[in-house]
Amino acid sequence: MSYWNRRFTVFSIFFAALFLVGFFQSWNVAFAIFNICIISAIMALGVNIQVGYAGIFNAGIMGFAAIGGLAAVLISHPPVTETISIGGFSILLCGLIIGLVVAICILLNTRILLSKITRRLLISLTIIIGLFFINFIGSPAVEQIEAFEPAATGFLGGFGMPIIFSWIIGAIAAGFVAWLIGKITLGLRSDYLAIATLGIAETIIYILKNEDWLTRGVKNVNALPRPVPYELSLQESNWFIEFCERYQFPLVETSSIIVKLCYSSLFLTVLIVLFSLFEIALKSPWGRMMRAIRDNEVSARAMGKNIKARHIEIFILGSAVVGLAGAMLTTLEGQFTPIAYQPLRFTFTVWVMVIIGGTGNNYGSIIGGFLVWFLWVEAEPFGLFIVEFVTSPLSETNSLRVHLINNAAHMRYIMMGLLLLLVLRFSPKGIFPEGK
Amino acid sequence: MDYFNALALIINFIVIPGLTYGSQLALGALGVTLIYAVLRFSNFAHGELMSFGTMICILFTWLGQSYGFSFSFLPTALLFVPIAVIFCVLYCIVIEKFVFSFYRRQKADPIITLIASIGVMFLTAGLIRFIIGPGDQSFNDGVRFIFSVRDFKNFTGLEQGFGLKTTQALTIGTTLFLSISLFWFLNSTKTGKSMRAFSDNEELALLSGIDPNKVVLVTWIIAGSLATFAGVLYGLDKIYKPFIFLQMLLPIFSAAILGGVGNPIGAFIGGYIIALSELIVTFAYKRVLGYILPENLAPDSMMQFLATDYKYAVSFIILVIVLIIKPTGIFSGKTI
Repeated sequence: MSYWNRRFTVFSIFFAALFLVGFFQSWNVAFAIFNICIISAIMALGVNIQVGYAGIFNAGIMGFAAIGGLAAVLISHPPVTETISIGGFSILLCGLIIGLVVAICILLNTRILLSKITRRLLISLTIIIGLFFINFIGSPAVEQIEAFEPAATGFLGGFGMPIIFSWIIGAIAAGFVAWLIGKITLGLRSDYLAIATLGIAETIIYILKNEDWLTRGVKNVNALPRPVPYELSLQESNWFIEFCERYQFPLVETSSIIVKLCYSSLFLTVLIVLFSLFEIALKSPWGRMMRAIRDNEVSARAMGKNIKARHIEIFILGSAVVGLAGAMLTTLEGQFTPIAYQPLRFTFTVWVMVIIGGTGNNYGSIIGGFLVWFLWVEAEPFGLFIVEFVTSPLSETNSLRVHLINNAAHMRYIMMGLLLLLVLRFSPKGIFPEGK
Repeated sequence: MDYFNALALIINFIVIPGLTYGSQLALGALGVTLIYAVLRFSNFAHGELMSFGTMICILFTWLGQSYGFSFSFLPTALLFVPIAVIFCVLYCIVIEKFVFSFYRRQKADPIITLIASIGVMFLTAGLIRFIIGPGDQSFNDGVRFIFSVRDFKNFTGLEQGFGLKTTQALTIGTTLFLSISLFWFLNSTKTGKSMRAFSDNEELALLSGIDPNKVVLVTWIIAGSLATFAGVLYGLDKIYKPFIFLQMLLPIFSAAILGGVGNPIGAFIGGYIIALSELIVTFAYKRVLGYILPENLAPDSMMQFLATDYKYAVSFIILVIVLIIKPTGIFSGKTI
């Protein structure tokens, strides 16, 4: 049972730190940090099943999270009827053409009658013809859509459904992209997958930034509907005012804390469900098979396991979880900002979470997500404090001091790097080693 | 005459920028591929190494400029590249000593070393942003053009022309010089041959008395110098942005894989192929076709395959095609 003691201690330390933030900074900040901690933990869980269960390196976490975010927009934003009547049909037609091209390519690829070169030529030809038609039909429609009230809409909008649905849709969409990329790169050397996923992530972000008809691009989509009540409506409702008066709580702050607590409970539910599923999977024959493949690919293949298919399976699963977390993040923020997707913030920070927590251990991923996000946020005030302290002998207007204070926020990168290197070197199994 | 106009357009907007950008990519890809061949891992920190070298160069350039240094019509920064190279190589050696040598001795899985390189990337990115800040820095103070589009038009009397920026000529020339020296070094000197032997078969190389530490040291020296040159030339030609170097990892790795990872000639050619195809695919051919085609056939649209914003995606598309058709790359890599 000593594992439980260790787990209990580490989690207590985290919550104590969070309590200190609540006590000294504000409870609002503490709950805001905690909400993103949960989302980070879910992302880390998704990456952990890829690297911990199967040894797959995914460097495209940012892209899968962004797909989840896009799903949140497309599901929840009310449809913009004007733009749909302008260009909806053409866009639909383009979608059909893309589907047709993909179908023809798959069909051509499975015709073994044709020689390899003919097949490739025909596939290239199909794609080029498809691109031509898409350009011909799509470009005028896209121009018209983007020209329609660009300051307010200028895009097609979404389906106007509750945003919670996007969590599932985001997961499915991310899983689909993972299937495509896995089909191409899994089975080759592991570095190739890392680089290909890095590429798909960048490409997805470029698409989101530039296809204004779909995402409004860098103009962002704001004010997505929420799954939880709004602060203002709470502040105006009678029961809430009475509740605050009875316990002498400040009205505005309490309302925003309540909203954050609602989010926390939603997110915690997802986290607990996923965690339980993953723990069951880990202990099931499937989990044993995955570890067997990871530890000795040759013997697993000799036992008749289809390694590539299993790798694709787990790659899809992990990426879908990241997509789910991405949709949750956009839900929490209530807006979709393509510029915010930076690889250092999304991809590589999640890696630090998984490594520090301990690869292959789901408790590890959770605590890694919690701790690393906590440090990521708190590094800024902490870095500022250190810089202020070190440079305190210098005068207020000393240019070096001003420069260092302005750049103190970047201490977080240095800290993440050091943390990753130190853990990888001196405690490569992380806080909770696999199986403990 | 119309054909010459079209040709001038293509040279001005595709060939010269493509060769310049290709040179920068080639230098980066050479570093990546050397590290892969000798140290056997994909170095995700390479972009940040380029950035680090450039930052040192910029800092010394500012210092030099404040003391009144200048390099006639060439950018002052060139004077300080050697100092930046020394700093960057020292930084590489420090990293090697404290980070990578441990995993090499342990014969760790390449993925573990790759994750360590991500740690180095984070650390370096943080240092760079901490020292020079996240903003853009322009440090090119030389003469802008060797000959400008207008000079060319006046000289030839054509409607369209092409110009050659000093930095473009510098980039292409330096890259050719560095690459040829590198190939000569690898093929003709004893150290270069021992590097190739080490990359080909580590055990045999060790048995025949090659000092692994020396090989690794030389590899880092070369990689650090190439990274600094690539970064400085890129910064001079465009502008120095700390965050751009993470984006450049993708074209650099694509170039290395396209040529065959671990194969320097492949990396060199891969860089140019990636850069030229980026420009070929994102160039708007409207004006070129307007010259070539008869008047009634001249196109109305931009005649562009992909919007310019997607130029980084082109390298990804090439990467995917290579991985599908020939994962070993054009020159079947893995060894020097």
